[in-house]
Amino acid sequence: MEGGDEVLGVADLSVAFPGHKVLDRVGFSLRAGEFCGLVGSNGSGKTTLLKAILGFVKPQAGSVYLSRAEGRQPSVGYVPQKIALDSYMPLRARDLVSLGLDGRRLGLPLPDAERRARVEAMLSAVDASGFAQERIGNLSGGQQQRVLIAHALVRRPKLLLLDEPLANLDIRSAAEIVALLRRISSAEKIAVLLSTHDMNPLLGAMDRIVYLAHGRAVSGGIDEVVRTEVLSRLYGYHIDVVRVHDRILVIAAESAGEAHEELAHEPAHVAEIP
Amino acid sequence: MDFLLKSVVAPGFFTSQPVITAMIVGGGAAIVSAIVGVFTVIRGQSFAGHALADVSSAGGSASFLIGVNPLLGFVVMALVAGAGIEVFGVKDVRERDLVTGIITGAGLGLAALLLYFAVRTTSTTGAAITVMFGSMFAISQSVAPLAIAVGFAALLMVGLLFRPLLLTSLDPELAAVAGINVRLVNGLFLMMLALAVSLSAITIGAVLSTALLIGPAATALRLASRPGIVLLLAPFAGLIATFGGILLAYDSYGWGGGHGWPVSFCIVALVLTLYLLASLVSRFGIGLKALDIEA
Repeated sequence: MEGGDEVLGVADLSVAFPGHKVLDRVGFSLRAGEFCGLVGSNGSGKTTLLKAILGFVKPQAGSVYLSRAEGRQPSVGYVPQKIALDSYMPLRARDLVSLGLDGRRLGLPLPDAERRARVEAMLSAVDASGFAQERIGNLSGGQQQRVLIAHALVRRPKLLLLDEPLANLDIRSAAEIVALLRRISSAEKIAVLLSTHDMNPLLGAMDRIVYLAHGRAVSGGIDEVVRTEVLSRLYGYHIDVVRVHDRILVIAAESAGEAHEELAHEPAHVAEIP
Repeated sequence: MDFLLKSVVAPGFFTSQPVITAMIVGGGAAIVSAIVGVFTVIRGQSFAGHALADVSSAGGSASFLIGVNPLLGFVVMALVAGAGIEVFGVKDVRERDLVTGIITGAGLGLAALLLYFAVRTTSTTGAAITVMFGSMFAISQSVAPLAIAVGFAALLMVGLLFRPLLLTSLDPELAAVAGINVRLVNGLFLMMLALAVSLSAITIGAVLSTALLIGPAATALRLASRPGIVLLLAPFAGLIATFGGILLAYDSYGWGGGHGWPVSFCIVALVLTLYLLASLVSRFGIGLKALDIEA
């Protein structure tokens, strides 16, 4: 393991479903306050990796290290990929955040000034105070994501996992969510692992990237991985990395060919983790 | 005031022992079913609720056949069916629905056999009507203590599991990350559901019991957005429907024809009316926002 502030360590993790190997000796680690993008095409194993980290999927080999304070449960917040927030669900935004704080406790919730203050602070931190009284099912996709992030963060976890949180958001909402996560990650020293199939919204915010393809993972800093030759090899077709107004943009070639299998035979870490 | 009361309530209503027993058992069933019903609706388990009620009819039928407290029969069979659904159908929604459907069919088949024997034994069709469609004014006083105990047990479980139930209803993965044993909570909820539908079944019959389970809960969900308020409104709606239904059925003896109307029909009609009114109120954006004050 690396330094003392490591909050997540994934070592040689392999996961297989009947007749299908999803993850093959995947390894990387995250430190407190790091913002990491988990990037890969649909079906590359991003959700499976997150579920293996959470313990929902049992790996065939390898291990997951999660830091914990004095024998307590691992401190992890999670925002799932799909969650059915129907309009008839009798929960306001603030109720959902409150459940993140004490959802496992038995008995009816009694009025508690400290709990209320923490919920208010969290709603404010994700800019959700304005719609805290609204039914969660009546909120827009971007607003729901903010509330789910507040739900995941209200217990002040050391690690936040988000499964495709930008998938159903417009460009502006996606940028706002990424900026929000970057701000909270830096301010609260929370490690963030965010899965996405489109790395562009993350390029200005990520400290590092874990790229998944053919069950293998490549990890490293942005400057190491987000380069034309590296990405073209990972994706299996030509990728342009363009810099415009101090921003990086990743563009696929017009006629993307078939992804080749080279990555499957690459060592797990193309770029070493600094 | 006295004139108004007498014109709405037929003489002898408040002193009739069958009415008092019906009010106690029916009121308890309305409260428990409505509260458990809120979670049933938000968990999308209305079909499971109906299935448990249908299967519980086999227990009710057996009780008539062997002459024990009918509520006991409903409860035992509903618990067995709940355990069956939990044990055999937990992998995914489609499989759970499949298993629930198969268990429902088997339970109703068994109920048909037991009712056939009961009818043959007693030479009357009363048992079939009572089990399937309820017969509130014929509920024995001896049912009341067990009904109250079953009701308290269900409400105690809901009170204890209020927050874990909400979170698992919202998303099982979120609940698991919070450290909740999702499978245990799901199993306990099916137990609560079994107790609730048993109480409803003894009140308005196994076939109609879903009305008390789903109707008041759906009415409350139309009107309020805060879980605490919904859990107060739902039993209130259930009590209005149940007590109003008992009153209408009692009064109906004076409407001519020499027979009263079935209590079950009157309750179900009021449940539907309340839901339609709540839908109208909700559609025009009135709602009960004033009640949704900050926690």
